[in-house]
Amino acid sequence: MSTSSVSKGCFVFKPTAKKRRSLTLEDYFTDGCEDAENSDVRFQLCQHLWDRMKTDTEVLQDELNRNVLDSLLDLTRKCSSTRQHSDWASKMRASEIPTAALVLGVNVPDHDMTFQSLSELLQQSVTPYVASVQAKECGTLKHLMKRVLERLTGAVVVLDDEEEEEEAEQLHKSTHCSLGTLCDWYDAKTKKSSTGTPGKKRTSPTKDEQQQPPVVIIFKDLEAFNPRVLQNFILICSLYVQRLPLMFIFGIATSPSTVQHMLPHSVSSLLCIQLFQSLSCTQHLATVIDKLILTHHFPFKLSGKVMQVLISIFLYHDFSVRNFIKGIQLALLEHFHSQPLSVLCCKKKEARRNLMQLSHANLERVRKLPSFKRYVEKQEQQEQVNLLQDDGHLKEACQKLMKDLHKYHKNYYPVLRCLHTLASTLPRYPLGKQIRELHLICLEKNVWENEDYQSAMKLLKMLAKDELITLLQRCAENLQTVKSKKMNAAFVQLEELLAKFKQLDTAAAAVETVPTVVESITSPVKNLQKKTDLFQLQKTLLEMNESLRSKKRSPFEVLRNEALEFIDALVRSHLSPPESQTLNEVCYFSSSATVRRHLNATPRTSIQAALSSPYYYIQNDNLKTEDGSVSSAAPDICIAYKLHLECGRLINLYDWLEAYATVVSAAEGKDQESDEFGKVDEVKHARFIRAVSELEFLGFIKSTKQKTDHVARLTWGGC
Amino acid sequence: MTSVLQHPGYDEEKLRRVTEQTPCREAQTGLLLSLMGQPQQYSYPSIFVYGHRASGKSHVMHVLLKELELPHATISCVECVSKALLFEKMLLSLFGCEAASLLPRTPSLSDFVRVYRHQCLDSPATQTRYIVMEKAELLRDADVNLLPALLRLQELVDDNLTVILLSEITWDKFRPNTGCYEPLVLHFPDYSKGDLQQILSRDSHPSYSADFYSSYINILLGVFYSVCRDLRELHHLAALNFSKFCEPLAEGKVKESDTHKLWRNIEPHLKKAMQTVYLREVSSLQWEQMQQMEEKEAGALRGLSAHTHVELPYYSKFLLIAAYLASYNPARTDKRFFLKHHGKIKKTNFLKKNEKTSNHLLGPKPFPLDRLLAVFYSVVDSRVAPSASIFSQISSLVTLQLLTQVSHDDQLDAPKYKCAVSLDFISAISRTVNFDIVKYLYDFL
Repeated sequence: MSTSSVSKGCFVFKPTAKKRRSLTLEDYFTDGCEDAENSDVRFQLCQHLWDRMKTDTEVLQDELNRNVLDSLLDLTRKCSSTRQHSDWASKMRASEIPTAALVLGVNVPDHDMTFQSLSELLQQSVTPYVASVQAKECGTLKHLMKRVLERLTGAVVVLDDEEEEEEAEQLHKSTHCSLGTLCDWYDAKTKKSSTGTPGKKRTSPTKDEQQQPPVVIIFKDLEAFNPRVLQNFILICSLYVQRLPLMFIFGIATSPSTVQHMLPHSVSSLLCIQLFQSLSCTQHLATVIDKLILTHHFPFKLSGKVMQVLISIFLYHDFSVRNFIKGIQLALLEHFHSQPLSVLCCKKKEARRNLMQLSHANLERVRKLPSFKRYVEKQEQQEQVNLLQDDGHLKEACQKLMKDLHKYHKNYYPVLRCLHTLASTLPRYPLGKQIRELHLICLEKNVWENEDYQSAMKLLKMLAKDELITLLQRCAENLQTVKSKKMNAAFVQLEELLAKFKQLDTAAAAVETVPTVVESITSPVKNLQKKTDLFQLQKTLLEMNESLRSKKRSPFEVLRNEALEFIDALVRSHLSPPESQTLNEVCYFSSSATVRRHLNATPRTSIQAALSSPYYYIQNDNLKTEDGSVSSAAPDICIAYKLHLECGRLINLYDWLEAYATVVSAAEGKDQESDEFGKVDEVKHARFIRAVSELEFLGFIKSTKQKTDHVARLTWGGC
Repeated sequence: MTSVLQHPGYDEEKLRRVTEQTPCREAQTGLLLSLMGQPQQYSYPSIFVYGHRASGKSHVMHVLLKELELPHATISCVECVSKALLFEKMLLSLFGCEAASLLPRTPSLSDFVRVYRHQCLDSPATQTRYIVMEKAELLRDADVNLLPALLRLQELVDDNLTVILLSEITWDKFRPNTGCYEPLVLHFPDYSKGDLQQILSRDSHPSYSADFYSSYINILLGVFYSVCRDLRELHHLAALNFSKFCEPLAEGKVKESDTHKLWRNIEPHLKKAMQTVYLREVSSLQWEQMQQMEEKEAGALRGLSAHTHVELPYYSKFLLIAAYLASYNPARTDKRFFLKHHGKIKKTNFLKKNEKTSNHLLGPKPFPLDRLLAVFYSVVDSRVAPSASIFSQISSLVTLQLLTQVSHDDQLDAPKYKCAVSLDFISAISRTVNFDIVKYLYDFL
C-alpha cells in the first residue's frame, strides 16, 4: 500500500484477511532481549516474581484499608437498620441522607483500588446495590442520573437527546432516567427477594434486617464534580429518601471543608455527614517498602540510586503508591530483560539448577562482572587460573558465592531493623526518621564510616537504662524472627546482655553505694580556684571530666558500652553495602537512568536534545559533530533552531533566512567563491519556511506584532 | 383553634381534616379554596404562590389536593432534567401510563398538547385538574416557550385545568421579555414566633406530655429564634436536643413542671449547638455521639471546617506557592522579588493609583502558565528538570480545586489560572517547606 500523495491526507488501511498471530507477552519480552538463549527462563522467573509481589501488595493494601472500610461498612449497616426502627428520634431525622465523607489524600491514582475493594466489600456483606460514579462521566445532571441508574440496574438507559438507532426506541419506554423509575425497580427487587426462594440467596443470619438493603452511591472524586449538578442531584435524592434507602459516600482528596465549599447550607442540611480518614500515603509507602523491599523473600533488589529515584518521584511529584509499585515492576522487567545473568536471581534451589545449566558465554559474562573480578584478584594464583579457565570450577565457586549472597541478605535486614529501632529514638534523627532513609545510607557505602553514624553511636551511649533496655528488647525481637545461624547467635548474645542488665538491678539493690571518687575530685577543684585564665580553666575542666568518666564508670555504663559495641560489631559485619558482595549484579538492578527516563519523562529536554544534536536520535555518521555545533547536513529544523539560538528576543526573519541559506549552501558543497553561494532560491525558501513553522509548532517562537518581519523567541538562554 | 373552613361543594369532614393539618395557614388555605371554586367549576388558569423556604407552600397544596381528592399532578422542577420527563410525569399522574407512552421520544410542547387533548376526549374533566410545579424558578432556565405555555395551558388544551407554580422568589423575577399571561399571585408570609411554637409543639414525644414538649419548644425558640426562623431547621434542632433536655428527668433530679431548672440545664447546651449543629459543622449523628460522651471529651470532636490540612507532594507545594504569588503580586513587581540585583525600589515608587488597595481585598488575579513556571523555578531551591510530571501536577491541582483554570479548556496555548486558596492555607503550606511567603508578598512589603 502506498501512502505517497501530493497533499496531506488520511489513509485507511483495511486489515488484511490473514490474521496475524497476536504476540504474547513472552514474545515482547524476548524481542530485543539481551542474550536470547535463556530468555524464556528469565521471562518465567520475572513473571513468577512479579505475580508474587503483586499478590503481596494486594493483600497488604486490603489490610491497610481494612480499618476505614470496616467502619464504613458499619455505618452502612447502621443506616439500614435505623431506618427500620420507628422510634421518635429516628422518625424526626428520617429525611436526612446518611453520608460518609472519606478523606483519601491527594494521591488520586491510588484511590481506584480503595474504591474497588470498598464496593466489593459492600456488595459482599451489606447490599448488592452499589453504584460508583466519577466526575468526568457526569458533566450534567442527566448524565449523572443515567450513570447511577445504569450501574444500579445494569440496564441500558437511553437519554432523550442522544440520537440512537431504532432499537433504542423500544427501550426508551421501559427505562427513563429518573429516580422514580429507580424506586419502582427497587420496590420490585426487594419484594421479589423477600418473597422469593431463599435458597439461592446468601443465607446470612442478618437476613431479616436485610429486607431493605441500602442503595449506596459512591462519588469517587468529589472535588471534580460540578457543584450545581451535585446540588441538584442531592435535592432530587432527598425527595425520594422516604421510598429509597439511599446512602452517599464522598471520596475527598483534599480536606473535608470542600463539602462546605461545594454545597450551600440548604443542600448540606439534607445530609448527615460522617467523616472517615484513611491512612496517609507516606505510611502506606512505608509499609509497602517494608514488605516488598526490606525483606529477603524476594531475590530481586534495587540499588540505592534506583531506590532514590523511585522515592523522590513519590515524595516530590505524586504521592502515589501505585506508581511506586509500577516503578518497581519496571525495574524488575528491565533487570530480567537486560541482564542475562538474572537467571540466577531466584530462590536458592532454582538458582543452583540454573547455574548448572549456564552456557559458556554466560560464564564469560560472570567473569567480566566487576564484583567477580575483585573477588578473583583476592584469590591465590592457582585458584585465579582455575576460576578464569575451568568452567566447572567456576560453577562450583559461583554456587558458593550465591549462597553467601543469600546469607548476606538474610542477615542484612534484621540488623538494619535493629539499627533503625535504636537510631529512630534519638533526637533529630541522625540516621533518618524512616527506615528507608537508613537503608539508602547503607546501600550507598559503609554505614559505620558515616559521620551521622558516629554521632548516633555517641548519643546512644548516653541513653538511660530503662530506655536502652526496651530498645534492646525490641532489637532482640527483630533478630528472633529470622532463621539464620548468625542471627540466632546474635540473639542469644543479646539475651545474655539483657539478662546482665537485669542482674544489675538486683545487684545494685544489694550492694551499698561504693565510696565514690569525690576525694579525687576535690583536689583539682581546689586548684581551680587559684587560676583565672579562661583557657586554663577550660582545660582543667576537660581533664576533670575525662578523669571522672574513666574513674567513675558504674557497672551499668560498662555494660552499656558492651551492648553498644556488640551492636556496632553486628553493623560492621552485616551492613556492608551490596556492591561489596560478589555477584551482586545478579540481584541488584542499578540502572537508575533507565528508570528515570521512563517514569519521569522530560519532553522539553528530549526535544532540545533532538534539535541540538540530531545524531543522538538519527544515528547517522554524517551528523556526528563536536559538541555545540551542528553539522550543515543536519535536518533543516535543526539548522534553523541552531541559528535562532544566536538571536535575541526578536528575530529578523530575513536575516535568519540569509544565514540559513548560507549554511545549507555549504552543505550542498557549493564553491564559496561562486555567485550562487548563499543565494536564496525557491526551494531553500520553502524549506526555511517549513522549518520555521515547525519551530513555531513546537513552541520555540511565535509571531509578534511589535515589529514587522520579526518573530519573538519564547525560550531563554542559548549562545 | 380557629374556625373550620367552609366552602360549598366539598365534604365538611374533609375540610375539617384539611384545617387540622394546616395550622397557622388558615387564611391562605381559605383563599386558595375560594380561588379553586367548586370542583366542577372552571378555576383561574394559573396561580403563582411564593414565600420563603419552609413557609408551608407545598404542604398546603399537597394537603388540599390530597384530602379533597382532586385529580392532580405534583412535579418538582429539579427532577425534570428534560422536557420529556416533565410532560411524561404530567400525563402519568393525570391519565395513567398509557397516555404517557403515547408521547414521542423527544416530545415538543405541541406533542404534549396533542396527546393531552386526545386523552381529554376519552376522559373529559368532571372536576378541575391541577398541576403543581414545585421550585418553579427552575422553569426560567428551560425553553423560553415553556413557562408562558404553562401559564395558559387551560386555553391550549381546552380543559378544566389549573397550573399552580410554587416558588421562593417573586413573580417579578419570572416575567419573560416577550410578555405572558399574568397568573394570580399569592403570597405565603413567614410564620410568626407563635405560629412556630404551635407547629413545632405538634410532634411531641409519645412518652412525655404535650405541655412538657411545648415548654421545651418555648426554650428552644428563645435561643434560636433570633438567628433562625426556618421551620425545617428548627424542627431538626428540636429533635436533636430533646434527649439532652430530658436527661435530668430520667435521672430523677427534677420534675416535669420544674421548667426553670430544666432551662438552666439545657441552655448552655443549646448555645453550643448553635455554633456547630446549626451550621452543619457537625452532623446530627456525630452530635448524638457527642452528647453521649463526657463533657471533656466532647472538645475532641471537630467540625468539618476544622480539617483544612492538606498533604501535598513537595513540588506541588511550591507550585501552589508560586501560583499564590503570581495571583496576588502585580506582574511588574516580580523583578523586585525574584531578581538578585533588583536595586532598591521603594514601594511607593511603583505604586499605581488603583494598586493602593490591598490585593488581598481584591482577590486573586489570573496569570499565564509561563509566569507561574518562572516564579516556580525561582522559588524552588533546587534545580528541577522541566519534566512532564511537573505539568501534570498543575492539572491535578486544578482538579483538586486548589487552582482554577480561567481560560477555556480548549485553549492549549498559554492557559491562564487563578490561585484558589486562602492566605492561611498557603502560609501553612509554606511553613512545611520552610519558605517565608510573607516576605514575597507585595501587600506585606
